[in-house]
Amino acid sequence: MNVLVPLPFALPLLGAALAMVSRRRSTWLRVLAPLVAAGVVAAAAGLVAAVARDGTIAVQLGGHPAPLGITLVADRLSALLVAVSAAVLLAIMLHAVAEGAAGLDGREPGVFYPAYLALTAGVCLLFLAGDLFNLFVAFEIMLASSYVLMTLVPTAERMRAGMTYTVVSLTSSILFLTALGLTYAATGTVNLADLSGRVADLPAGTRTALGLLFLLVFGIKGAIVPMHLWLPDSYPVAVTKVTAVFAALLTKAAVYALIRVQTLLFPRAHESWVMLGLAAATMIVGTLGALAHDDIHRVFSFTLVGHIGYMLFGLGLFSVAGLTGAILYLVHHIVVQATLFLVADLMQGRAGSTSLRRLGGLAKLSSFIAVLFLVPALSVSGVPPSSGFVAKLALFQAGLGAGGALAYAVTGVAIVASLLTLMAMTRIWTLGFWRPRPDDAAEPPAPESYTRGGVRVMQSVTAVLVAAGLLIAVFAGPLSAWSRGAATDLLDPAAYRHAVLDGARR
Amino acid sequence: MSGPALVLVAVVAVLFAAGFELLMQRSLIRVVVGFMLLGHGANLLLLIAGGAAGAPPLLGGPHRGRRMADPLPQAMALTAIVITFGVTAFLLALAYRSQLLLGEDEVQDDIEDRRVRAERRRRDELRAEDADPVEEGEAEGGGG
Repeated sequence: MNVLVPLPFALPLLGAALAMVSRRRSTWLRVLAPLVAAGVVAAAAGLVAAVARDGTIAVQLGGHPAPLGITLVADRLSALLVAVSAAVLLAIMLHAVAEGAAGLDGREPGVFYPAYLALTAGVCLLFLAGDLFNLFVAFEIMLASSYVLMTLVPTAERMRAGMTYTVVSLTSSILFLTALGLTYAATGTVNLADLSGRVADLPAGTRTALGLLFLLVFGIKGAIVPMHLWLPDSYPVAVTKVTAVFAALLTKAAVYALIRVQTLLFPRAHESWVMLGLAAATMIVGTLGALAHDDIHRVFSFTLVGHIGYMLFGLGLFSVAGLTGAILYLVHHIVVQATLFLVADLMQGRAGSTSLRRLGGLAKLSSFIAVLFLVPALSVSGVPPSSGFVAKLALFQAGLGAGGALAYAVTGVAIVASLLTLMAMTRIWTLGFWRPRPDDAAEPPAPESYTRGGVRVMQSVTAVLVAAGLLIAVFAGPLSAWSRGAATDLLDPAAYRHAVLDGARR
Repeated sequence: MSGPALVLVAVVAVLFAAGFELLMQRSLIRVVVGFMLLGHGANLLLLIAGGAAGAPPLLGGPHRGRRMADPLPQAMALTAIVITFGVTAFLLALAYRSQLLLGEDEVQDDIEDRRVRAERRRRDELRAEDADPVEEGEAEGGGG
């Protein structure tokens, strides 16, 4: 049994328990929590190395053989996503610690650290889960912690948004449970590898119904248009560091689950017009929404919705090239979206507001923040030579390579959506940074209210994330090769079955 | 294998219908109750998925050779019950805190949505003013 596989979620769970019992001792928490997060990064790096060496690793927790016990599977896609998520989670954790040290977070709520570590555990478990029920439990761990984080430092507005968020997430969880029960009733198993063999024998109608139900479940969790309405309502309201985690990981986790379930359980030889249609709608609605809004958090939330469409586009093509693009996009977007929200936090700290009507002249106030904003903004719009360009190029090539009117049309929509994103980012750039300060501009917070050192650490963390985004572009070659390998694995369920089921009997 | 009892299927259907109906209400406490009903419905569905009731979940012993109940859906239902229980407690706390902060038990409209709507109303009024300045004055007197 490879101990590296359970480590990325066992470690933060343990850390969360420790942090929970000592949540009143803030200094101790600020040491413990980043250490645990760093441990997760180390474990994830080890996992990537192990997967690179041995290929797909399956672990049976509790020693029961494969279709019965709790299976964890680390293949190339899982290992990559665990590693990227762990790194981003560590960065946001450091940002939060620095924010606490700078005295910018008001009353430091001790419950942030345990909830954050539990969320880390949920995210890692989700990427490694080898059966549907475990996937459900991972979603619940992740979402239950997110409910707590969402309503951190409660205000009336946050309670309202938190309630919407919680109820919508719970509804999709109940639907997930329903889909799970129906799948079990139809096949008699919840193990993903076992299912991938048995679902093919089901009548076509049952298979379609189950496929659509799972699409609905992960569509709600992943904010695919028209199931996206909860996201721009709730995300912008939370504390910014929390929004950064949510935007980086929660919807991407749902996209991962969708990719996993669709490729394993409902494989198909040609593109899915349902998914491509949803992808086009998501891209257009999301990016147009970003143009309509004034609050920076809301603009970023809408671009997040729009860019989920790109990943769905890659999945909908059901080709190696398409999935490679989707995986590259996942990695790029996890990093860049976290960076954008952290920059928004810095902007708010410097200018006192996130509303574009009350911002201006930020470039003169702090040229460093301007640079920190510009790089991820160009990346998310897909301007070369950024990581966004690499991912988008892979997707466009896949779309054009697939041929057919539908694939061409959706590729066209994707290009238009990129330009719309660029417009939204340019709007923030000109209004927020270069326009002279308006008369009713927000007052920057008084310099006495925070310590310089903490702010400098916050800026450095964001700068490191910006640099990480650039590194993705620099190492696009090896990353593409790895993603291509992961995509090939995804389209070959027989190999997955072999690794999980036969590996267990050995 | 015989199908699941029709009564149970009907109960699941009723629980889901009632749950979704309550979920769409504005009152928070109704939303919480709706979620509870949905949770019960889903758990019952998991149990039905395990096949007909009545057989013991044991191998061997005095029941050797007899039909055995499937323990897996029962274990899953148990886990799901624990999760829904915990989340329901959280939801109740959230509803209570929400009532403390907002002073009412209703889900509010989104502030940004309200702002967009107010802006559109203002634009419509401006347009009406351009078209017929006299009528605008009357509308202002009437509307307050």
